[in-house]
Amino acid sequence: MFEQKKFTVSHAPFWHNGSSVSARSYNIILATLPAVLFGFFTYGMPAVGVVALSVSSAVAWEFAYNKISKRSPSIGDGNAAMIGLLFAMLLPATSPWWLVVTGTFVAVIVGKQIYGGIGGNPFNPVLVGLAIVTLSWKDFFDFNEVLVNYDFSYPMAYPLASLKHFGVFAISDFKPAALLMGQQSGGIGAVFGLGLILGGIYLIIRGCIRWEISVSFLAGVWVTALLFNMADPAKYAGPTFHLLTGYTLIGAFFLATEDSSSPVNFIPMLIYGAFAGIMTILIRNIGAYVDGVVFAILIANLINPLVDKIRPKALGKVV
Amino acid sequence: MIKRSFFALTKPRMTYQAIELTPPEPKKIPTPKQAMLLLNEPYDSFGQKKSAQLKKGDPVKTGQKLTLYEDSDAYVVSSVTGTVSAVSPFFGDFGRSYAAISVDVAENEEMDEQFSAFVKEPTLETVKNWLAFIPGNLPSIIFSPDQLSTPIDTIVICGVDRDLLITANQHSVVKESNAIKRGVQILRQATGIDNIIMASHEHLMQDAALSGAEVRVVDPAYPASLPHLIMRDLLGRVVPAGKNCEDLGVAFISAEAVASLGKAFNEGRIPVYKRFNVIKKDGTSVLVSARVGTPVREIFSTFDITVNEKDRIVFGGPMTGASIYSENHPIQPDTDAIMIQDHKDLALVSDYPCINCGDCIPICPAKIQVNMLVRLLEVVKYQEAADEYDLYSCIECGLCSFVCVSRIPILQYIKLAKCELGRISIAEETNV
Repeated sequence: MFEQKKFTVSHAPFWHNGSSVSARSYNIILATLPAVLFGFFTYGMPAVGVVALSVSSAVAWEFAYNKISKRSPSIGDGNAAMIGLLFAMLLPATSPWWLVVTGTFVAVIVGKQIYGGIGGNPFNPVLVGLAIVTLSWKDFFDFNEVLVNYDFSYPMAYPLASLKHFGVFAISDFKPAALLMGQQSGGIGAVFGLGLILGGIYLIIRGCIRWEISVSFLAGVWVTALLFNMADPAKYAGPTFHLLTGYTLIGAFFLATEDSSSPVNFIPMLIYGAFAGIMTILIRNIGAYVDGVVFAILIANLINPLVDKIRPKALGKVV
Repeated sequence: MIKRSFFALTKPRMTYQAIELTPPEPKKIPTPKQAMLLLNEPYDSFGQKKSAQLKKGDPVKTGQKLTLYEDSDAYVVSSVTGTVSAVSPFFGDFGRSYAAISVDVAENEEMDEQFSAFVKEPTLETVKNWLAFIPGNLPSIIFSPDQLSTPIDTIVICGVDRDLLITANQHSVVKESNAIKRGVQILRQATGIDNIIMASHEHLMQDAALSGAEVRVVDPAYPASLPHLIMRDLLGRVVPAGKNCEDLGVAFISAEAVASLGKAFNEGRIPVYKRFNVIKKDGTSVLVSARVGTPVREIFSTFDITVNEKDRIVFGGPMTGASIYSENHPIQPDTDAIMIQDHKDLALVSDYPCINCGDCIPICPAKIQVNMLVRLLEVVKYQEAADEYDLYSCIECGLCSFVCVSRIPILQYIKLAKCELGRISIAEETNV
């Protein structure tokens, strides 16, 4: 009897295109870098500290939960680091350490892990974390107050707050080109519009996010803002202002597109994105909050399972 | 292996290997010292229920029909001359069992001439009794029409290959147009079915037209050559979920089988050489010709391919093949390709959950909600998967597993679910 070699047996297909969860996460992290680095240069070491703490605490929470729930460590997939990074991008540079750590706890544990980990969360974990800390300590998200010690050559009033409290004439100082180049106050990684757009285009080209969601979100924001603006230009700001301020761009490319909480079919993606965009402007223009992106996307997450039922008929399906 | 491109905005498009218009002759594999023929019938190892007609030491000739049990219709055609060295049980995937007839090959080849007596009159009975084992694999529904609820009214000849990197059928279309033409005549005469369609790639249209069958063009991108999609795109008939093409009266035959049929009647001998592609470790594909029953070990040694522990040997193409566990596995009449992958290059599956990235949705040719389906299949909710998420619409092309970011073995889950549901329904029927 000769020595029988043992072969690997498995099921078809025997090829794979090489994609992986970690590559996807790290690509998203890579795409945030222009905006994050801009935040570092603008806000200095406090911003670096917030981002570093946020990423490391998010990874630490995930690892702790892996240990407690006796599962194999999942921090290698980069998803926790990505959550931490995106969370930090939304925070002001002066956020205290406990706010960051609490926020990442809510994001990683409450927002993701208790639903069974990656792929199981019904809401975007980053936004769950941010919504909780915003509602709990709203003074720390008053950008005019927390960034008062920063003095640049451009107006440091938070554009959306100016609009909300003082009306359209107060925002005449904000020029679209300056907003696009990040000359505004806001979250660490949320102010540099051009960097976010470049990162978003990179992700769309690489197939890491679904372009339908980004495009329909931006279209929803733009069209709704335009309609308000046409109805009463003295009361409501124009669409370009809404596109370039607050969390709109980071929401379109990094938050609304979160895999697990967004639809996968073509028409549902358009509905979901447009719905989140419309809700954003509704909250900004007639709601109570200064920026509407966080809650608009969370509400859109809520309708995701329902709209994703709109699907093409499968081959040979007998109705 | 085809990797995800840097630009992944659109879904990947994988094209079938297109054969040149004047292809080189396939490389001939020498006759092996020992051949193994797989008879599609479970082997009763202890001879308790049935007594075997074949035993060790029986002489066989090339082209001789071998049956194992007296009351059975199942047979194989010996591809070599020699003596039977063993009859043993053999297990394939999904629980199929065969009787393996091993033959020690003699030096001088003798041809069995019994078939030549039937050549004058190509009837269905002759095809059924002699040609079920010809290279290319003739589907049994062609010659057992009475088992079907809907009679076959259309025959589709696949001049295209089922999987990537395979050219066996295309080669038949280009190089054996006379044999195919004869085969089509025989099919018409024996079955009485007039509507015979040849599915072919566009650049082989002229060669395909020589067959005398009506030619229709198949898209060059995978998975257009799978039977369900040929039905939809070429015949304009959608197969209802859970049914197969035969239920609609359409039978599929490979071009190679039709050519073998024509050759058998032309020459009065049953062909024994099977053409298939050898896909080497570096991904190159070579068309070869070997006797049915040749162990894969012989093919690897012809090409100087070193086979190491933990490598993967696949019968069939990269998307739809089946991996095997032994180098002794023989070439069968339906083996279209043999692929070997080095253990360093294997794309392994993982137990990661679905992250809902949505890559499987646009790529699915059957428009199944794969992301939802796989969630149900992972927790063994097969019936719900069939009721709510179109399990039975799946045409098993494997593209969802190919693109899966979490590397879930989706196609394996789907096939397992179908197999389990099938077993449950059989159990329910027999319990009544």
